[in-house]
Amino acid sequence: MAIPEGGFFPDDVEYGRYGPIFPKTPACYGFTIVAKIIPGREEVFREHGRTLEKAIKEQPHLLAPLQLHYLRWVLFEIEGATYFMYQGIFDTDFDKYTEDAVDLFSQSGISTVFENLEGFPADWKTNPAAFVEFVRAHHRPSFLEYGEYPYVSADEIKKSLRVKFLLSDILDQMQ
Amino acid sequence: MLDLDDIQYILLNRAPARAGRYEFLSFHSAAAGRAWLSAMLEQVQSVAAMRASIADEKRWVTLAFTWHGLRALGVDEASLATFPEEFRQGMAARAAILGDTGANHPDHWVGDLTRPELHAIVLLFTRDVADRARYQEEHAGTRADFPDTELLSAIDVEAIPPFDYAHDHFGYRDQLTNPAIEGSGDEPTPGSGGLLKPGEFILGYPDELGPPASLPQPELLARNGSYMAYRRLQEHVGKFRDFLAEHGETPAEQELLAAKLMGRWRSGAPLVLAPDKDDPALGADPQRNNDFNYAQADPHGYAVPLGAHIRRVNPRDAAASMNRHRMIRRGATYGPHLPDDAPEDGQERGVAAFLLCASLIRQFEFAQNVWINDKNFHELGNERDPIVGTQDGTLEFKIPTRPIRRRITGLPAFTTVRGGAYFFIPGLKALHWLAAGG
Repeated sequence: MAIPEGGFFPDDVEYGRYGPIFPKTPACYGFTIVAKIIPGREEVFREHGRTLEKAIKEQPHLLAPLQLHYLRWVLFEIEGATYFMYQGIFDTDFDKYTEDAVDLFSQSGISTVFENLEGFPADWKTNPAAFVEFVRAHHRPSFLEYGEYPYVSADEIKKSLRVKFLLSDILDQMQ
Repeated sequence: MLDLDDIQYILLNRAPARAGRYEFLSFHSAAAGRAWLSAMLEQVQSVAAMRASIADEKRWVTLAFTWHGLRALGVDEASLATFPEEFRQGMAARAAILGDTGANHPDHWVGDLTRPELHAIVLLFTRDVADRARYQEEHAGTRADFPDTELLSAIDVEAIPPFDYAHDHFGYRDQLTNPAIEGSGDEPTPGSGGLLKPGEFILGYPDELGPPASLPQPELLARNGSYMAYRRLQEHVGKFRDFLAEHGETPAEQELLAAKLMGRWRSGAPLVLAPDKDDPALGADPQRNNDFNYAQADPHGYAVPLGAHIRRVNPRDAAASMNRHRMIRRGATYGPHLPDDAPEDGQERGVAAFLLCASLIRQFEFAQNVWINDKNFHELGNERDPIVGTQDGTLEFKIPTRPIRRRITGLPAFTTVRGGAYFFIPGLKALHWLAAGG
């Protein structure tokens, strides 16, 4: 799906509680946040990676409320400055579960990484609107998105896999 | 510790009322508004005063104001700017977010509720209709003393038969789920989720995440206040009964279908605990009628369909951050009772309700936008709340049943939003401060 400049189809903009909602594409909903990090904080980002990995090992369903397909965290350099790219693919528009996401990151101790971005609101835990504003300001909408399995939700995929495993099990029982 | 001498009673208590009246007012001058407010102050009861006098009292009064109303009373612009954006905009401006489209659109609302001239609401609850008439007259007299105070509209509410329990025009038992707030003296009933932090409902107290943040200023105005979303929801009783008759061959099948739409039998008995047969004693027992959850007891919705009303507006253990989206609900039925054997008479009847919370956007608007009107809630694909969701006849309702589910297509709208507004409900000290001109 080719997406107009700015990220919205002008004749078909749906509004959520925090403003216009970026459209659903064959690759579902998502965002690509690109922001400059506070100089010298690279190691904090890498430590965050290890923290989050540990948290997921301990609680595999920690991020389930966010209805995610994938999250990708990337650090890269442009002309000597380090930038952070955070790309997420998920099944609901970002607007719907904003506060739940903020609560989740506040409570799980995995919140720190965004605080190392330039311009991130210090009061993000109690000010979801400011959090949303930062995300919107740093989101770079796609101009093209493709999905090999278009519009399929993560839940549908998980259900399909469960059916596949159950069928295997049934076939095993028939031997 | 909650300041029970300052919080308006309605936040923590229900008046033992069979009748009531909501009056929507406009102030043509700040002086008139403040003078009227000064005259009304002595009638407004705190939680403590209400509890102390409940046995003898005959009427209960609540006052609340729109954002334009605070301005009309003389609150300065710097203070007005500290109120949250959704409150400043008002409910009508948030229609697209709330799902108030089509027949529900504010263009069709009654009672002049969308005008910026709507400044205040007076909620009067009385023990009976006779008392209502008396106090209604008294309030009219107070307004007459301050001619620059105008009554924009009013709605009478009253209980409908049978009178031995609260229920709506469709016949569903009401007032079943009541959040219990830490420090209020209330104990949560089994299954209702434990004590909730007061800051979820009352400004100036810790909420589920911690100390209060970003309160409107000055603090005197905000403290012990709350926000109140008003919804006038017409119930199309004839259409509802026709639907049950069309999709259920026997009275028992019709009752089960009504229960599936709600998630409870009309008696109040929850389907999770009484999946096959009504149990009125269970429905009437507060120690048992909320003692259930979904994730373990009914993950696939064989008892309560995933899209049923109570599973959407209170997903219990099936939602993240559940306690960040709770609300206090008050209100009553309006319009004449339609007896079971009577045909639709075309008269407007419904529920005139208030949802009280500390954050309209995080609680009320979240429930409307995400739980009630998200077509893909619980991966349902093409459904909205069958009772209060925005329905245009193109959506469906799925009832998980073994071996295969039942799917009802073309679900009609059983309700229509006929009015609504956002109000701020100040504490008593703040009311005095407003009356004195800040």
